[in-house]
Amino acid sequence: MERRTLFGQRLLPMALVVPQFLLTLIFFLWPACEAVWSSLTRQDPFGLHSQFAGFDNFVELFTDPLYVDSIGRTAFFMAAVSALSMSLALLLAVFADRDIRGRMTYRTLLIWPYAIAPAMAAVLWILLLQPRIGIIGVWLNRRGIAWDYHLNDAQAMLVIVLACAWKQVSYNFIFFLAGLQSVPRAVLEAARMDGARGWHRFRTITFPLLAPTTFFLLVVNLVYAAFDTFGTIQALTQGGPGKATETLVVKVYRDGIVNLDIGSSSAQSVVLMLGVIALTALQFRFLGRRRTT
Amino acid sequence: MNSRRDPVAHAVLLIGAFMFIAPMWLLFAGSTQDSASIARGDLSFLPGHEGFGAYARALSGPVPRMLLISFGMALAIAVGKIIISVLSAFAVAFFRFPGRQVAFWLIFITLMLPVEVRIIPTYSVMAGLGLINTFTGLWLPLIASATATLLFRQVFVAIPDELVEAARMDGAGPLRFLWDIVLPVSGANIAALFVILFIYGWNQYLWPLLVATNPRLDTIVIGIVKLIAVETETDWSAVMATAMLALLPPVVVVVLMQRWFVAGLTEGEK
Repeated sequence: MERRTLFGQRLLPMALVVPQFLLTLIFFLWPACEAVWSSLTRQDPFGLHSQFAGFDNFVELFTDPLYVDSIGRTAFFMAAVSALSMSLALLLAVFADRDIRGRMTYRTLLIWPYAIAPAMAAVLWILLLQPRIGIIGVWLNRRGIAWDYHLNDAQAMLVIVLACAWKQVSYNFIFFLAGLQSVPRAVLEAARMDGARGWHRFRTITFPLLAPTTFFLLVVNLVYAAFDTFGTIQALTQGGPGKATETLVVKVYRDGIVNLDIGSSSAQSVVLMLGVIALTALQFRFLGRRRTT
Repeated sequence: MNSRRDPVAHAVLLIGAFMFIAPMWLLFAGSTQDSASIARGDLSFLPGHEGFGAYARALSGPVPRMLLISFGMALAIAVGKIIISVLSAFAVAFFRFPGRQVAFWLIFITLMLPVEVRIIPTYSVMAGLGLINTFTGLWLPLIASATATLLFRQVFVAIPDELVEAARMDGAGPLRFLWDIVLPVSGANIAALFVILFIYGWNQYLWPLLVATNPRLDTIVIGIVKLIAVETETDWSAVMATAMLALLPPVVVVVLMQRWFVAGLTEGEK
């Protein structure tokens, strides 16, 4: 949409975008270019000289079984977190949309967790699942079930999936509820008159009408699971045991900041950038389509 | 419509609410218990007999400073982002100027490059600018915002042409128009965005971890993760009291401003 009436000045609007322009240039474009540049160069072990290396860093990256494993692990993690978090949120939203007593209270009770930081979600899950102090973790161990996500790979993955999905439920709930509220009542009434009930009505009428919301949330959840879960994972497992919960972002952090392998971590950064750009493009294509409907 | 007596709905929603309240309650209960018994694995849902001693212990250390840093950072990010994006959205919505397309592209680039994907290079740029271990470094690079700019642009584009026309007839310049008409009209959007951005700022983890290695600049979230990473002789009730203090401000903000913030969040994406 464009407006017809505009102000005539030219210098003023340019001055107004200068702050945003400078910030983007200094803190976004410059680092991004530097990442691309260092991903194409190789440094000597002392970091004194660097020379152009073409795509060597990338070839090395994609032939490194550790990196390929991390891609697979991240993909699984993203899918599990998104599926769990979205299906739970949809279930809750469907019931919170019903005309029941106390529904505003229920909504508040399901929306407040939006405020919880990813790293704080980890703290809350430690109270539940940590093997020596967590209330469920201790209970399992006292019953002879060997529960320790610091030692067991599958348990570690389970814990970060649960904590990360749990943290995202309220966000998804807010959007699903808004989506459900915008489903025209007349359509539902008509379906009811035709005898469509419960599950059948949801599957054939409500769910298809929610498709735009669902797709939007799917992209948001994939991005969340890939990038915003760093705090949760770092606080719960630091990517361990071994590399069992080392997602791509955790790996960039470990390789770059902890192990100071600049070439490889820059190449990893570039791969991640391409991933985000693809997801964002997907989202905008979809948003464009949604605007016309 | 469904009748108001709907036991299935109540059951599902109660279980859902319990899933979120229970850990929070456990955190509170633990903060009033004895650290030694928590360490033995006797954490309980019932509040203990230690009262608020753990809060006193927590607050006597670096926690008040951490809360202050978090608060300052969240506030600076929220206010900074709103100012920056109101200005650029205003320029894009009400003017046609050379570089308008460039401005649009810059906004999209911001959207595409979150901190997580440019960890190393951003660190070196920050180091070059001398912003490592400074308070400015904690907030300044985070205030460029694509979503906020796009949201404001959408709000501004919806302002009726007649208002612009009237302002011009009255001889009001663009800045006067921004201050007298545009800002008051977008008050609700600004409030909603403030909530979202304050929480975004308060909840940062990776960024402060990268740019502030000096413990004097630890935010409360960083501080807690450091506390729980020490596995031996953790003063668990003090950790839980600290976690309560870290969780309360954003939770209170969300609960108090729920309606505005939910509207702002869902409208922004439409």
